[in-house]
Amino acid sequence: MVVADQETITDSGSSDDEFALRVEDLQVYYGTPRGTVKAVDGVSFNLRQGERFALVGESGSGKSTLAMAIMRLTREPGHIAGGHIYLNGRDVVEMREREIRDIRLREMALVPQGAMNSLNPVMRVGDQIIDGILDHVPSGESAPNKARLNERVHELLERVGLDPAVSRLHPHELSGGMKQRVAMAIAISLDPNIIVADEPTSALDVVVQRQIMQTLGRLQEGLEAAVLLVGHDMGLVAQFADTIGVMYAGKLVEVGSVPDVFKDPRHPYTKLLIESLPSFDISRKFIGIPGMQPALLNLPPGCSFNPRCPSVHDRCYREVPEYLSIAGNRGVACHLYEEEAIP
Amino acid sequence: MSDFMRLEHVTRTFGGGALSTKPPIVAVDDVSLSIDEDEPKITTIAGESGSGKTTLARLLMGTITPSFGTMYYRGKDFAKLSRRESWSFKQEVQSIYQDPFGSYNPFYKVDHVLETPINRFKLATSRQAKDSMIEEALAMVGLQPGDTLGRFPHQLSGGQRQRIMVARALLIKPRLILADEPVSMVDASLRATILDSIRRLNREIGISVVYITHDLTTALQISDNILVMYRGSVVESGAVERVILEPKHPYTQLLIESIPQPDPDNKWGDEPPTARFEEFSSMFGCKFADRCPHVMDICGEEQPPQYWLEKHRQAQCYLYQDEAEEMADPDLASIFQERREELNV
Repeated sequence: MVVADQETITDSGSSDDEFALRVEDLQVYYGTPRGTVKAVDGVSFNLRQGERFALVGESGSGKSTLAMAIMRLTREPGHIAGGHIYLNGRDVVEMREREIRDIRLREMALVPQGAMNSLNPVMRVGDQIIDGILDHVPSGESAPNKARLNERVHELLERVGLDPAVSRLHPHELSGGMKQRVAMAIAISLDPNIIVADEPTSALDVVVQRQIMQTLGRLQEGLEAAVLLVGHDMGLVAQFADTIGVMYAGKLVEVGSVPDVFKDPRHPYTKLLIESLPSFDISRKFIGIPGMQPALLNLPPGCSFNPRCPSVHDRCYREVPEYLSIAGNRGVACHLYEEEAIP
Repeated sequence: MSDFMRLEHVTRTFGGGALSTKPPIVAVDDVSLSIDEDEPKITTIAGESGSGKTTLARLLMGTITPSFGTMYYRGKDFAKLSRRESWSFKQEVQSIYQDPFGSYNPFYKVDHVLETPINRFKLATSRQAKDSMIEEALAMVGLQPGDTLGRFPHQLSGGQRQRIMVARALLIKPRLILADEPVSMVDASLRATILDSIRRLNREIGISVVYITHDLTTALQISDNILVMYRGSVVESGAVERVILEPKHPYTQLLIESIPQPDPDNKWGDEPPTARFEEFSSMFGCKFADRCPHVMDICGEEQPPQYWLEKHRQAQCYLYQDEAEEMADPDLASIFQERREELNV
């Protein structure tokens, strides 16, 4: 992950092979009877091939909306109001639905939140995997034959750590962890180079969670794919990701490498987030972040974090802080770091 | 010592009736424990889904009865309580559930959940007494009456809703609160406040708390004692800091190693093996044997007894058969009891 500096933005037309995904000034809005909700409001970041990027934030911060927009799965009343999503150099925002279908699963794939609800209950596991493969045969190519498909299903199930015999089972015969593995097998069925994982372990026990995340990591390394992990568990981020992006009220407020951000968080929100982490240090008193995230319909003027920020000053009530690039390939959206900003 | 509640060799099974072809599922397997009220403590029941922790909590709540074994409430057999005793049980044991929205009727203002128990148990004699009770309870969980009363559940945040549930439990002045995953559906930043209000109930008002969770980090933060359950059995129990910081049972060790530590320098080891049987079918041997890295021949033969590892800790594992004594009376409370005596010295 490199902070999207001015240079790459002006360069956006040219192909930049280094990046599997470039998101530029993305805006995803929801039209509601009470006004427009800016769920994602001007987010930019880049994702290198083979990189594990984690997007964290409280519920309602816009992280899942952002992930869905990248997959072009934004549903009414939501819409992409502006910005670009370059996937392997091509703008997903501009694509027609037909073109999107061609690249889903082949270039980008989703491991959904709660796999239990994303599998078809009346279809055998093997058939569901085949279904995805057949549905994304590129226009003009012929479908692989049955034997080849079955062979592929067995290979995929083995890669996600399941017995190939699972292909004959129905989803209700599987445990939560096994279902999540099936969802991963579907996601990697056409060797995508970007995997979007939206809270892939939110309903699972710690041991199963660890097994699933380690399997995802192994698959990602095998495919040399980039992973965008969406979640709120800072522990999983520390265990899994290379880079972290922190979202607050629709904006990316801090980006940096995982070791840097955990050691030296810069944005006051990230600082509180890391201080409030539960730990095994019993001498530490556990604290929360005072206040709550503001309603997106009714954001305070200036910085959205100003009602909760311990370092708030006059300017924060007037001006929305710009996203600043700072040393160490990091970025932060906070007035405190203006002097450190790299122009 | 007076036992508020005591479970003696309690087993609870589901299914497997006369017409069923499948064997019964043993959700709680021969558990003995007691909850003492002289020294109210916070006790965690930890385990993954299917470990039996919620079944154990429902037994304590009295919503289900044991299939085998006996449960006592203030020394009386639970199955033989008089009407008056069972009414007082309902008042003395309160619960807080996982879903902070599911506990509310969306058509009533939140005042309703606070007023109902006062009316039902005739806790207040006048309108004023009622209002001041409610205000006091809300203050105890850190809420302003003005911000919460008169509103509908959907107008409050998940954290506020859950804290009102804590306030409701508090109004009734119970002796025991069962909190079943009270913070798992609440944002991380609000978890601390809710757990803190639960801890205050224990420390300041002297209510015993049974905290049911799969999250060992919060268990360590708020509880005194812990029981770790695996497939219906208590595999390890004792003083929370001993069990979590130095786990002895291989299952507890796996559980603790798997917690994603928010520390990039302290990463997971290799991927652990998955369970070979989703439902444990064999009636013999240790239930963890199929996943255990230290499995021995004896583990497949007979379920291990409880070994008394040290003053405040027990584990159900053959690894300790040479160094530790078998517990004669497997009442887990005896481990916690020792601890109390030591702390009082």
